[in-house]
Amino acid sequence: MQCAQIQINYYYVGLWTGHDFHSQFPSFATCSKELKECSGHVFVDSVPEFCLPETELIDLSTVDVILISNYHCMMALPYITEHTGFTGTVYATEPTVQIGRLLMEELVNFIERVPKAQSASLWKNKDIQRLLPSPLKDAVEVSTWRRCYTMQEVNSALSKIQLVGYSQKIELFGAVQVTPLSSGYALGSSNWIIQSHYEKVSYVSGSSLLTTHPQPMDQASLKNSDVLVLTGLTQIPTANPDGMVGEFCSNLALTVRNGGNVLVPCYPSGVIYDLLECLYQYIDSAGLSNIPFYFISPVANSSLEFSQIFAEWLCHNKQTKVYLPEPPFPHAELIQTNKLKHYPSLHGDFSSDFRQPCVVFTGHPSLRFGDVVHFMELWGKSSLNTVIFTEPDFSYLEALAPYQPLAMKCIYCPIDTRLNFIQVSKLLKEVQPLHVVCPEQYTQPPPAQSHRMDLMIDCQPPAMSYRRAEVLALPFKRRYEKIEIMPELADSLVPMEIKPGISLATVSAVLHTKDNKHVLQPPPRPTQPTGGKKRKRASDDIPDCKVLKPLLSGSIPVEQFVQALEKHGFSDIKVEDTAKGHIVLLQEAETLIQIEEDSTHIICDNDEMLRVRLRDLVLKFLQKF
Amino acid sequence: MDPECSQLLPALCSVLADPRQPVADDTCLEKLLDWFKTITEAGSSLLLLQENPCLLGLLCHVLKPQDLSPRVLSFSLRLAGMLAAQEDCFQYLQQGELLPRLFGEAGPLGGAAWTAPSVRSGWIQGLRSLARHPSALCFLADCGAVDTIFSLQGDSSLFVASAAGQLLVHILGLSLQGPAEGHPGLQTGDWPVCAQKIVSHIEESLRSAATPQITQALNVLTTTFGHCHDPWTQVLWGRLSPLVACLLEKDPVPAAHSLVDLLLSVARSPVLSSSSSGLWETLAQTLSHLSPTQAGPLALGILKLQECPQVLRAQAFAVLLQPLTCVLEATAQAPGLLDSLDGTGGASVTVDTLLPSKAACVGLLCRTLAHLELLQPLPQRPSPWPQAPLLGATVTILRLCSGSATPTSDAGGHLCAFLVGCVRVQRAALDFLGTLSQGTGPRELVTQVFAVLLEYLTSPDSSPTVLKKAFQATFRWLQSSPETPGCSDLDPHAHLFLRELLPVLPKRLCSPCWEVRDSGLEFLTQMIGRWGGQAGFRRALLASEVPELTEQLLRDPESYVRASAVAAMGQLSSQGLRVTPASPEHPGGQQKSLLAELLHILSTDSEGFPRRAVMHVFTQWLRDGHADVAGDTERFVARVLQVASQDLDWEVRAQGLELALVFLEQTLGRPSSHCPYAVTPPVAAPPSSLAQALRPLCRVQLFEFAFRALFDCDRPVAQKSCDLLLFLRAQTASYGGPQGSGSVPEVASVEAALQRWQAGDQGQPLGYLEPEVVVAVLRSMDLEGLRGALAESSDRVEKSPQSLLQDVLATVGALGEDEADCY
Repeated sequence: MQCAQIQINYYYVGLWTGHDFHSQFPSFATCSKELKECSGHVFVDSVPEFCLPETELIDLSTVDVILISNYHCMMALPYITEHTGFTGTVYATEPTVQIGRLLMEELVNFIERVPKAQSASLWKNKDIQRLLPSPLKDAVEVSTWRRCYTMQEVNSALSKIQLVGYSQKIELFGAVQVTPLSSGYALGSSNWIIQSHYEKVSYVSGSSLLTTHPQPMDQASLKNSDVLVLTGLTQIPTANPDGMVGEFCSNLALTVRNGGNVLVPCYPSGVIYDLLECLYQYIDSAGLSNIPFYFISPVANSSLEFSQIFAEWLCHNKQTKVYLPEPPFPHAELIQTNKLKHYPSLHGDFSSDFRQPCVVFTGHPSLRFGDVVHFMELWGKSSLNTVIFTEPDFSYLEALAPYQPLAMKCIYCPIDTRLNFIQVSKLLKEVQPLHVVCPEQYTQPPPAQSHRMDLMIDCQPPAMSYRRAEVLALPFKRRYEKIEIMPELADSLVPMEIKPGISLATVSAVLHTKDNKHVLQPPPRPTQPTGGKKRKRASDDIPDCKVLKPLLSGSIPVEQFVQALEKHGFSDIKVEDTAKGHIVLLQEAETLIQIEEDSTHIICDNDEMLRVRLRDLVLKFLQKF
Repeated sequence: MDPECSQLLPALCSVLADPRQPVADDTCLEKLLDWFKTITEAGSSLLLLQENPCLLGLLCHVLKPQDLSPRVLSFSLRLAGMLAAQEDCFQYLQQGELLPRLFGEAGPLGGAAWTAPSVRSGWIQGLRSLARHPSALCFLADCGAVDTIFSLQGDSSLFVASAAGQLLVHILGLSLQGPAEGHPGLQTGDWPVCAQKIVSHIEESLRSAATPQITQALNVLTTTFGHCHDPWTQVLWGRLSPLVACLLEKDPVPAAHSLVDLLLSVARSPVLSSSSSGLWETLAQTLSHLSPTQAGPLALGILKLQECPQVLRAQAFAVLLQPLTCVLEATAQAPGLLDSLDGTGGASVTVDTLLPSKAACVGLLCRTLAHLELLQPLPQRPSPWPQAPLLGATVTILRLCSGSATPTSDAGGHLCAFLVGCVRVQRAALDFLGTLSQGTGPRELVTQVFAVLLEYLTSPDSSPTVLKKAFQATFRWLQSSPETPGCSDLDPHAHLFLRELLPVLPKRLCSPCWEVRDSGLEFLTQMIGRWGGQAGFRRALLASEVPELTEQLLRDPESYVRASAVAAMGQLSSQGLRVTPASPEHPGGQQKSLLAELLHILSTDSEGFPRRAVMHVFTQWLRDGHADVAGDTERFVARVLQVASQDLDWEVRAQGLELALVFLEQTLGRPSSHCPYAVTPPVAAPPSSLAQALRPLCRVQLFEFAFRALFDCDRPVAQKSCDLLLFLRAQTASYGGPQGSGSVPEVASVEAALQRWQAGDQGQPLGYLEPEVVVAVLRSMDLEGLRGALAESSDRVEKSPQSLLQDVLATVGALGEDEADCY
């Protein structure tokens, strides 16, 4: 799903791409082969399919640039770059690309491991779908859902990404500069500043003010924004990550002490690093030193190793460790001491090393594919075991639905370190943007907790909100463009001070515009006639231009102007206010004088004498130089 | 004064008078003044001056224009004031015109030194000491000091300003001591000039438009009425009360906090409260004029008064309850609750005005809850006490804080937004909720209380401090829940609650946050102590994982948690609640006994807290005749004393002596004077002979332990040991007969060893001692003398005046050396 797109001049900048994963749900009689029932719920038996980014409103082939905020929201990139005619550039930081690749690789691997010949499609018939139970009947755009991409498509998509570093300024067509800033949420996660010489838009998405492993959020650079687009806040504003980590540890310890196993469905990167660090500190105090921790993912090894090499993208404490030199994350020590073991899959070494009770981290957190499915089947029947959900992306009840009835304990500890509303209000106080733009749902309490006025953005002036597929004009007017003056031209200027501190000079030059850069160059010298044998006439020395008219400045005070008109014998004068200025009507003379901010028009029928008189009167009120 | 000190004094005075030898440390000057104070209080100041002319020399010297440090100048002013407190000495100093030169216009007052706050403070304190007699009053009037004091009330230094106010109060009291005493009807017009001047100044300040001046005047009056209850205070209040009442007509009321203090001070004064007719009206008026934040302390003060009109009390209580009424109103509580809180029927205040912003809301609610908590246990608290509405409001506040309340109004929504996650309010509300457990409440409200407590105990968002308060409140509510008739077990509702609580407790004991594990264990220990013997509780506890987890926490990495786990395990074991299931790793294997485990902690734990906790548990076990101990008490005591004697923590050694005393009492019989009301467990019949009685003590090497402790480098241990040995010697005397007949060489060798111990060489053990030798050694020791020596503080030598003087001189000398070093 593409969440926002900004148009600057004629260029489109797409901001963040993700995709919705739709688990396959229930059914109907005509498509009974596609359907399976489980504990009162009906599920579609099919290859997993994915809902694509919005394509109806935006023609992705016209998008010039995509800025990626973090690795969690680039999962739909192959769909865009490979199938829409997109020819633009994608910008992202290196960890975003590397870890994003791992996430996609894991997804492709999980899905390709269990190939299915066909996708279920009968249930998508609109007449059938509308009769299905919720949430299936509410699923949108089912006809556009697609099967997972392949590794070739992933590689092709990633090859289109241009790597950038924090605070690096990237020129876009000369029109704007974009700059990624640390957003504090994940390795390489970025907020983006999009600025011209006179306007600044900050795009803040998926940011965190908590002290976790990534580099802290850069707030200072967001100051002086005309508009701050704010999105990607925490999905669970009522769950405090600290409390959830405590809950996670306590439940884990209790289960293991009673001889049970713990299953943690998770992504192979992100919160898992912090969880492993917490457990590193906790296992000794909880007497769990002998309990094995298993991390099973096709990309487990790469994920653990990548995290250790992105030192410059880490928080200060971890960066300093690198200089000691020590591995920045303590999971290195867990691996060294054999407390944490990682495997690409269940098969192979794992099956021989496997020892219970244990803790297993594995994907996919939707519980629809990946190694987690095997563990759910293996451990689901015993009440000694526990599954602890930490990823906030999926409803744990929906995830568990096909496994019911289930004896194992289920604990929901969603850990979402992104900004909550209290942090947002602190951030906005600190950054003080002129305008805040955010999704509509952030401007009102959640429907289920309508009394929680604290669960909404509260700022002055109130945030401008947008809905899905809504086009919003950002609240600023482009008034100025920067123009460079060539040094030789600047040398020739003779400024005249018209007010203390304000000088003016007349310029005759050629405005050269290329790639949205404007340059004033000296006018070309008149070309010398070559080889002419005629004698030059005296008049040839005079430049080829008319006598220079003086330049005018200042404004016309209407009341005084009317008085002056009366003094000069005009009567029956009427003044009308218009949106842009005033109209002075000389009814007798059937003449009209339009006075606007940057122009004055005298409209009279063929009475040149009158026009000149009036012009001279107007000129008396203006400065000349 | 000691001759030694007299000898050192001239040197000291010359050092102080020498600007080239600055005194680095203020504290030594303070100590010197303390010493002079002791001397002048004990004897004649005049004599002191005459015998030590250097003092006078110093006072004269500081008046010379020179670059003297403000510290020494301040010291001299205070010293002069101290000496002049006695009238004869005052006259003596006056003869030399010294006092006017020190305290008058000609002194530091007009000079550059006056810019130093310490000099101004010294000037005030000097006058404060000096103003003790009528001559001093004349002196003050003559030298125009009172006007200077008036101006110092607004001094930039708060200490100076406050001292100036205090001095005015003192002078007023002194000037009215003679003439006005016993003449309550006396008008202020007849008062001494000095007093009149002060009163006029106060009046002028009260009429002023400047809040700081009003504050100064109010503070002077508050102190006056707080300290002095002479009849003249009635006259003063009679004259000034209309001016004070005028302040209430201003909007906003200026210096509201000081005004509240003054009115409460007047109301507390027995002289004023009984006589002044308009006081209660003024208080009522003030209550209604002040903002809710300002009125809270006044309302609390009124409610704490012993005697006060019922109407005023009702009004004060209504003011105090206003914020809670607002909360109930905003959350649309049952009207019954509101009626009883809104006692006066006055104009109800809306949330918007009373709790307009988050900071104001949080501050006011915290203060209100704290005020009510203070009020609840007082005998003069309002009656009837609105227990049910208060419970309702507190539960609602806690729900608003946790986000579980669902207010229907906008005001409630705002309150919720202010309070969600506010730890300060949560702590205050839980404290108050705990206090409310002293009263009863309707069953449904009590159910709500337990529900909200459970919510806090369960919530992952409860901060460690909030959780600790929630545990404390829970224990208090469980304690107060009615007991089942016929036995002291928990009532059925509390049992139901416990059934829900016990699954939560293991999670808390596994928390990654050590404070949470610690509070959980403390709560558990309290619970077992209170209900450990009751069948219902025992069943519930044994069915949970709590006992097993507690035992695991003996090995927690955090020492506080280990200490709490030791205490909890001690209780569990005492109550027979320790489970010893065969673990899967060791099927059928004998688990290590708790005694052995605790001994292991005592001898190996690197931190003091767990070791102290073990000693407490062992002492309790010995006292209670715990099964693990009773089997072989002597072996147990011997082992514990042996380990404790080597402990580096003095509290462990002191607790060892406590354990030794318990063993001693059990062996010899409890001393009758020890605790006359204690229920004594049956003790073995006292042994017939002394030797027989002492033999068990000798076998456990109690004497070796006690003698070692007697010469312990930590005084509390030595004192405790000395008391124990004195008690033992008294006990041995009760046996009569020929005693102390140990062989002379043996006694001599023990005494020699003890002397070596006293000298610090404790390497050589005493070995087994025969009872007779012990008795002989005890008799020969000067334990009373030792006790006297130990009773003196260890810094008695360093605190002597002589040492102080030497220190000052040495410091100055050292400073000189430092300068040389620097060069």
